[in-house]
Order: sequence, then C-alpha cells, then structure tokens
Amino acid sequence: MANVILKDLTKRYGGGALTAVSSLNLSIEDGEFLVLVGPSGCGKSTALRMIAGLEEITSGEVSINDNVVNDVHAKDRDIAMVFQNYALYPHMSVYDNMAFALQIAKFPSEEIKKKVHEVAAILQLEPFLKRRPGQLSGGQRQRVAMGRAIVRQPSVFLMDEPLSNLDAKLRVQMRSEIARIQDRLQVTTIYVTHDQIEAMTMGDRVALMKDGMLQQVDTPSNIYGRPANTFVASFIGSPAMNLFHANIGDPLADGASLRLGSHQLHIPQKVFEVRSELKEYFNRDVIAGIRPEDMDDAALTNSHPDNETISARIVLAEALGSDIIIHLDFDAKMAEVIDPDTLSDISKSLDGENAGICVARFDAKSQAKAGETVKVSVDCERLHFFDSETGLAIRGD
Amino acid sequence: MSQPTSTGGLEITHPQSKSMKNRPKRKLTPQQLENRTAYLFLTPWFLGLIFITIGPVLASLYLSFTRYNILRPPRWIGFENYYNILFMDRQFWTSVKVTFFYVGWSVPLVLIMSLAVATVLNRGLALLPIYRSIFYIPSLMGGSVGIGLLWREVFGAQGVFNDALAIFGMAGRSWIAIPETAPWILVTLNVWTFGASMVIFLAALRQIPASLYEAASIDGASAWTRFRRITIPMLTPIVFFNAVLLTIQSFQSFTQSYIVSGGTGGPADSTLLYSLYLYQRAFVQLDMGYGSAMAWILLLSIASFTGLIFWSAKYWVFYGE
Ligand SMILES: Nc1ncnc2c1ncn2[C@@H]1O[C@H](COP(=O)(O)OP(=O)(O)OP(=O)(O)O)[C@@H](O)[C@H]1O
Ligand SMILES: [Mg+2]
Repeated sequence: MANVILKDLTKRYGGGALTAVSSLNLSIEDGEFLVLVGPSGCGKSTALRMIAGLEEITSGEVSINDNVVNDVHAKDRDIAMVFQNYALYPHMSVYDNMAFALQIAKFPSEEIKKKVHEVAAILQLEPFLKRRPGQLSGGQRQRVAMGRAIVRQPSVFLMDEPLSNLDAKLRVQMRSEIARIQDRLQVTTIYVTHDQIEAMTMGDRVALMKDGMLQQVDTPSNIYGRPANTFVASFIGSPAMNLFHANIGDPLADGASLRLGSHQLHIPQKVFEVRSELKEYFNRDVIAGIRPEDMDDAALTNSHPDNETISARIVLAEALGSDIIIHLDFDAKMAEVIDPDTLSDISKSLDGENAGICVARFDAKSQAKAGETVKVSVDCERLHFFDSETGLAIRGD
Repeated sequence: MSQPTSTGGLEITHPQSKSMKNRPKRKLTPQQLENRTAYLFLTPWFLGLIFITIGPVLASLYLSFTRYNILRPPRWIGFENYYNILFMDRQFWTSVKVTFFYVGWSVPLVLIMSLAVATVLNRGLALLPIYRSIFYIPSLMGGSVGIGLLWREVFGAQGVFNDALAIFGMAGRSWIAIPETAPWILVTLNVWTFGASMVIFLAALRQIPASLYEAASIDGASAWTRFRRITIPMLTPIVFFNAVLLTIQSFQSFTQSYIVSGGTGGPADSTLLYSLYLYQRAFVQLDMGYGSAMAWILLLSIASFTGLIFWSAKYWVFYGE
C-alpha cells in the first residue's frame, strides 16, 4: 500500500523537440483508483511508464510511498503493470507467468503455489493454469495479465489500456471485474484509458490530459458536471456537449437572457448564485455549453417555461431504442473543441458561417421526425459557461 | 499462391483441343498457367539438382560397393569396403575421434560465442551495422585457403600468437606441430567464423518484443534473469536451427585441416578430420570405392545426429504461440 506523488513530471523526446508530458502534478492517495484519460498521443502511457521506471524522467519527481524513486530501477519499485498487449511470457504456462515474480523473489514453492491458486480462483483461471498464453482467448489472456499483477501484492498497480484489445461485451464485463478486484484489494491503482466510459465508471478520480498537460483532476461526477474548461466539457459525455458562442444580456430581476445566434434562452437567477463569476459577464460574449441530455422534446413536458425553449429544424434523427439522438439546425456559432492553449480555434470558428448543429437527446417517446421543426425544452439551470477567450469554466468558487 | 484471378487475357485455349472436335475443350486456368511458368523458371535448378547433386550421389552409392581406382572400370565387391572401414581400419576410427572432438567442441563454442556477441551488439549500439559487418567477415573468408595459410603462420613456431604470448613472458611453441594443441587450432578456426550464426541470432533478438523485458523488469528480474528466462527460451528455435546447421557443416569440415596440416592430418593424425581422411583414401590413394563408402557412412552419421537433435527439440525448443 502506498501513495504516488508526481511533481512537475516532464518528459521530452528527441532532445526536447517533443514534450510528451509537461509538468504533471498529481497526487494519488493510498488505495485510490485514479483513471488517467485523454485523447491518443496526449502522453498517458509516457506518464505511466515514467512511474513504472520504464522511461527516463526528463525532469520532475516521482515518489512512491513518500520516497522519491527517480533513480530506483523498475524492478525495485514494488509496482505491477498490466500492459495493453498483456506482454505475457509466451513460452511459459499460465501458472509460470503468474508465478514468475514470486519465483524471482525466491518465495518457497509451496507458498507460490498457494498464492497462484488463490488468485487463479478469483479470476476463474484454474482450468487454464497448464496452458500457454497462446492457447487462451483474449479475455482469458487479459485475466492472466491481471493475475500476474495481483499475485505479487504490489503497492501500486499500473494499467495501460488493459481492456482495449477486447470486444465490447467482454470489455464491459472486465471493467466491472477490475473495479471489483481493486475495491477488494485496496491497492493504489493508476489506470490509463482513452475510453471515457471506463474513466467515468471505474475510478475514484479522473485525471484528464491533453497534449501532455493535465486539464482537470476530479471525481467522475465533477468532471462531468463541472468541467474545468471547454476541452474537458467536450471530451467527457457522449454525444459531446454542445458549445456555442453566445452573449449574456442585461441583468434582469429573475436572471438574464442568453442569445445564441437567433435563439434566445433564459438564464435563471439560480445559475448566477451558483456561478458567482458569471455576474462579470453581463453584456459580454461567453461560450455556452448545453449537454444533449439536458434537452428534450417540449411536447413531452407540459409545464416547461416558454423562455427556456427553443425551436429548430431537425436535420437528422437517430433512434437508439432507449432514446433518440436529434441533430438540430442551429444558427449560433459553434465553439468547437478548444482549450486554453490554442485560442486560434476560437477565431477560426468565429470567421465561419453562422450555421451550426446542436445535438439533443430526446426521450424515446418523442414523435419528432427529420425535417420537422420542433420545440426543444432546455434545462437552463444546467447550462455551462466558459470564458470565450480562455475557454476556462466560469464558476464561483 | 494467389487466388485464381479472372483476367480474361490469361485464358489461353489449347490449340490442339480446338482441332479435335470429339474431345471436350480443355482450357488452362490462370492457376495452371502460372504453375507452368513457375516450373519453367525452376528448370535450371532442377537440372542442376539432377546432374550435379542427385546423379553423383547415386553414382557414389554404386561406387561404394565396388573397387575403383579411376584407371580401371569399377569392380563389384559388395559390402567389402564397408567391412574394411568399420572393422579393419584403425586410422578411420582415429579420424572419427578427431572429428567428434572437433564437432563436439566447436558447435557449442560457436553457439555460445555468437549468442554472446549478438546479445552485446543488440544493446542498441550506434555503429551496429559496422560491427555486424566486421564480425561477419570471418564467416565469409573463413573457409578459404588463404585464411587457412594465414592461420598456419599465426600459430606456427615463429607466429604472431607466440609473439603475443612473449609479451606476457610465456614461452611459445609451434601450436600446430603438437598433437595436443593442433586439434584446438582447428576448433579455434571454426569458432572464429561465428559471424554467420551471430547475424541470425541478432535478427532473432530483435524479434523479441521489448514489452516482455519490461514486464520482466517490473516482475523484479535482473538483467541476467531476463536473459536466462526470456531471451534464451525465446531463442531456442534459432539455437536449434544454428545447431543443426553447424553440426552438418562441422562434420564436413575439410579446408582448414588440409591447409593447417599440409594435407597430412598430422601431427600424429591429430588433425585428421573425417573429410580429410576420406580425401586421402579417395584422391591420394585413388581408392574411389573406399572413399565413396566413407562418404555414405558420413552421410548416414550426419543424418542420425541431425535426427537426434530434431528428436531432442521437443524437450527444449519453444515454438511460437
Ligand atoms: N519513444 C518515443 N520517441 C519519441 N516520441 C515518443 C516516444 N514515445 C512516445 N512518443 C510521443 O509522445 C507522445 C505521447 O505518447 P504516449 O504514448 O504517451 O501517448 P498516449 O496518450 O499513451 O496515446 P495512446 O492513447 O495512443 O496510447 C506522442 O506524441 C508520441 O508520439
Ligand atoms: Mg498509450
């Protein structure tokens, strides 16, 4: 059991030409399950491999259990790692794969046997102990890789996209299995993924990275509900949050009005109470975010206030069974995936046409069809606001 | 082979079948046509195989049952050559002993040497291509007469090797003139040509996924343990391949012992490799029948040794997934 602390952890490749991880500061508590998520190439694996001791650290510090381990060899860091391709030893039986670390640590063979069988039982691997990895299915191999990590009872688990080679159904199953095992063993875990569902469902906290930089670390519900910037807002959630350039009007008795292109919405007073900084933005441009799930077919609700409703033409309706994904013709300027560091994205979208698309998630009961114009109710208390220049969330704390 | 394609241009009709109306038309499928072309291109090699390899092999089998000195036609004597070789010829058994010593030492030594150097070179040296070539050069030249002569000078009484020893205050001698050391010179000459096996090992080392070493490092394995428990097992197919190749080669080794001993196999028959003795009987004493019989005994021995290695493979060679 141990905590892991990263201090200004930085990795540059090619003599400084490429910064894969940039000043990463993270503190993972003892027994915590932290998910490191971000788009491909954002430096997740690099960060994990520096913690593992497989990659040299350019600058900064990694401490495990309050000891700086920068100069400690991987074999002495007391960590276990699950690799994306599992990296099982192909010439060894499943038993030997799991026993390998214990054999090296010179455990008595009786004890090794006991431990391996114990873990094999947890992972339902007992029938396969004599087989070679090549004779197993993908899911079984994945479990062997897990087993190899568990048997050692390390102080930290590191996992690099351990489920990405599995098919969708197996992934769901293993997702809960890994979370269950971690919960049972209470071993500090850092789990890398680019799958936002894994990020949201498995971790105690989620750390979101982009271009080597940490964007936000928080609980899954805060990452979803209180994204720190437009990148986090658009990365988490599917379909992604709609982000539009908008303008907040004069202060009114019960809030303010929000102009999105030719559309108008009401911002309730409550929003200004929660987001106290928003008061600075009267008569100013902002980026407004609306989650698809915060919109619905107004025909299905009878008492929704009129000023929290917009009407728009449906471009496309995708019925998913449980709900319908509606693409609306929306004439506000879209603020696409931007982040505080690439402001050029904003100017690009400002120059563009006023034609945008707004995605809404309607209840399956909705009768809305493509081509029709519908009234859409918006849960305006759940609107998100970002500074149009920095892309940072406008909050109040 | 590629799947049959439907390119119309390739559908050629047999000219004969058109004229013979009562026969069903036979078209060559593109596949058959392709096969024909392939056989056509293989013809020179087949001719070579038949006339240069299989022909002489069969001829030597016949000759091994005859007495034949080139000047007079072969005379059938049944198994007499074989009987004489195995039961009457003490020099034959000497050459067998020398050969076993030679093969028994050089094959493992070449394997160890080539694997060791390959492992060192595989550490990502910047000048790898250059080192690789340097180590490979002896394999290219190793069997040549010129190099044999050179080595003879190196290990002779006035050779460079003794000069080197003199630096350390050790008394030199003519290493190739003493029965105890001369066979070791032959082994040395063979080990010196480890480059060919090394190149194969190098290629195989690069096939081992780096993640296995990373996983092993994290599992607590030291560099030596990783080598012993990952590298070696993953390389066993290549060790096997090299062992077979080297065994076959070493059994047939000839040039070096011929040059170093001046064709005699001396001193005191200590460098009389099997092939050299065979050569003496067949081409010096002009006993072609006897030589042919020896060649067949060698062939069968090599075959059984190779067979032995193949049989043992299931106990130590790891084949893929
Ligand atoms: N050995 C290397 N040499 C040079 N650049 C590298 C090396 N390894 C990674 N990079 C670069 O560092 C950046 C981060 O890579 P990394 O593998 O950490 O991304 P990732 O977040 O794990 O992506 P993915 O989700 O695709 O696995 C990438 O731009 C990558 O090209
Ligand atoms: Mg990665």
